[in-house]
Amino acid sequence: MSWTDFTGAVFNFTDYAELLPLFRDSLLAGAILGLVGGLIGTFVMMRDLAFAVHGIAELSFAGAAFALLVGADVILGSLVGSVLAALLLGAMGVRAREKNSVIGVIMPFGLGLGILFLSLYQGRAANKFGLLTGQIVSVDSTQLSALAVTALVVIAGLVLIWRPLTFASADPDIAAARGIPVRTLSMAFMFLLGISVALSIQVVGALLVLALLITPAAAALQVTAAPRMVVLLSVAFAILSTVGGIMLALGGRIPISPYVTTLSFAIYLVCRVAGSWRRRRGWSARAASLRAHA
Amino acid sequence: MRPDVPAPPAEDPAGRPAVTLRDARLAYGNRVLWDGLDLDITPGEFLAVLGANGSGKTSFLKVLLGLAPLSAGSLTVDGEPARRGHRGIGYVPQQKHFAPDMPLRARDLVGLGVDGHKWGVRLRGRAYRRRVDELLEQVGATPYARIPVGLLSGGEQQRLRIAQALAPNPRVLLCDEPLLSLDLNHQKAVSALVGHQARANGTAVVFVTHEINPILEHVDRVLYLAGGRFTIGTPGEVMTTEVLSKLYGTHVEVLHSNGRIVVVGMPEAVMDGHPEVLPAGEAA
Repeated sequence: MSWTDFTGAVFNFTDYAELLPLFRDSLLAGAILGLVGGLIGTFVMMRDLAFAVHGIAELSFAGAAFALLVGADVILGSLVGSVLAALLLGAMGVRAREKNSVIGVIMPFGLGLGILFLSLYQGRAANKFGLLTGQIVSVDSTQLSALAVTALVVIAGLVLIWRPLTFASADPDIAAARGIPVRTLSMAFMFLLGISVALSIQVVGALLVLALLITPAAAALQVTAAPRMVVLLSVAFAILSTVGGIMLALGGRIPISPYVTTLSFAIYLVCRVAGSWRRRRGWSARAASLRAHA
Repeated sequence: MRPDVPAPPAEDPAGRPAVTLRDARLAYGNRVLWDGLDLDITPGEFLAVLGANGSGKTSFLKVLLGLAPLSAGSLTVDGEPARRGHRGIGYVPQQKHFAPDMPLRARDLVGLGVDGHKWGVRLRGRAYRRRVDELLEQVGATPYARIPVGLLSGGEQQRLRIAQALAPNPRVLLCDEPLLSLDLNHQKAVSALVGHQARANGTAVVFVTHEINPILEHVDRVLYLAGGRFTIGTPGEVMTTEVLSKLYGTHVEVLHSNGRIVVVGMPEAVMDGHPEVLPAGEAA
């Protein structure tokens, strides 16, 4: 493949003005998913669940592949798979170490199941590949409204439990002593997380879910610790990645996920550099001087 | 009520103790941690709970917090039966470090004590901000109010946890080894802060610790737990060779040097086993 072939496949902006309106629904879907991913991502980071998200995504993939095989609704399949996986992880306990080993055991099993179902499936190969790498370009208006409603449920649920969930995530012992139902909140959050993972799989695919649910929040945490700013930046980064990724991908021949992941990775890098500068010059210099005086 | 209940002290405005235990017993299976415990903790009193590991110190706190039930007897906090999430109780646990990327600044951590238990998101923030500023001022944490908690020292984090616990104006402040893993200066500063809170604002303090020396000058009474028995009294009454020897059932030597108290020869046997009831969210 020559360089011009490569750039032609990756970036192609001919007829862009005509193309853009056709993808209005996809862009909207991308924005909605960015909003959900950015919001839930901040709690995923606070609760140290990055690995769990990956595990949930693989089981979600298995669920979707099974639905594809038996001719059921693929989105429903992935939703069932990821919510089940999320609740299972939530019920299993609170020790991070134990949780990680269980996720490590479940994840390859889910992926293996998914591959099994896909190999048994006789239909179009594009459907198969889409589950792993994303397929948002094909979103239609029925799917879009289903997506919007589900996203609304997740956001409403998250807003409802926002403060006690923050307390329980920051310091579960004190929160429990204050009478906050720590375990119930944890299960409620896992439920919402399961739904979010299933939604995100529609854009970036099972393998790249972390780019939507982790990277934007992780980038935001590099540059600020003020809760409001973290949420704002995380959402902004996620929407920038999804919408920007779709817009860059319109003319090219490759799926949108590489654009989305590359954008969100680039944002993370910039934030990382800015954050290390800030930690050196501002935050820790202040904390260090306090320590020296104490 | 038993006839030998002491009259509530004069300085209590509400006319009742902050915490009342009557004939209280805590046992796991046939292992009795303590039994027949009668105790009134008055507002403004600083009670130290001492004892070896496994003597039931932490369980004592869990009972007060309503996280574990008494096996027998009764317990009231601020005149009501103890229950989970009692508004009259503030809780300061052991120091535990936050991850450096925890998205909370010092003031946000304190703010969790103000409205972190409420549902939804905070819509109007003025009263909240004022209360947080007050609390930060009260514990001397204003200079680092905007620094991320993960970048603060252990002593600074403990001050913030105390401010957080004080947010609902509790009648009782429960401290579970809050000085552990702090250096000497921070130990002194944090105990002085708690002692001041007891004297100035009439908050009763229950301070669980395995080391009485950093808090000695603030302590009014000591509850000493050992091997299923206990003793209550002023530090001068309890921290003696005779009393502790009787409590442990073997000879231990209590030495005083430079205003410090050292207990020598504690039996090892009572230190094993730790059947604590932990709250749901607690991870090792």
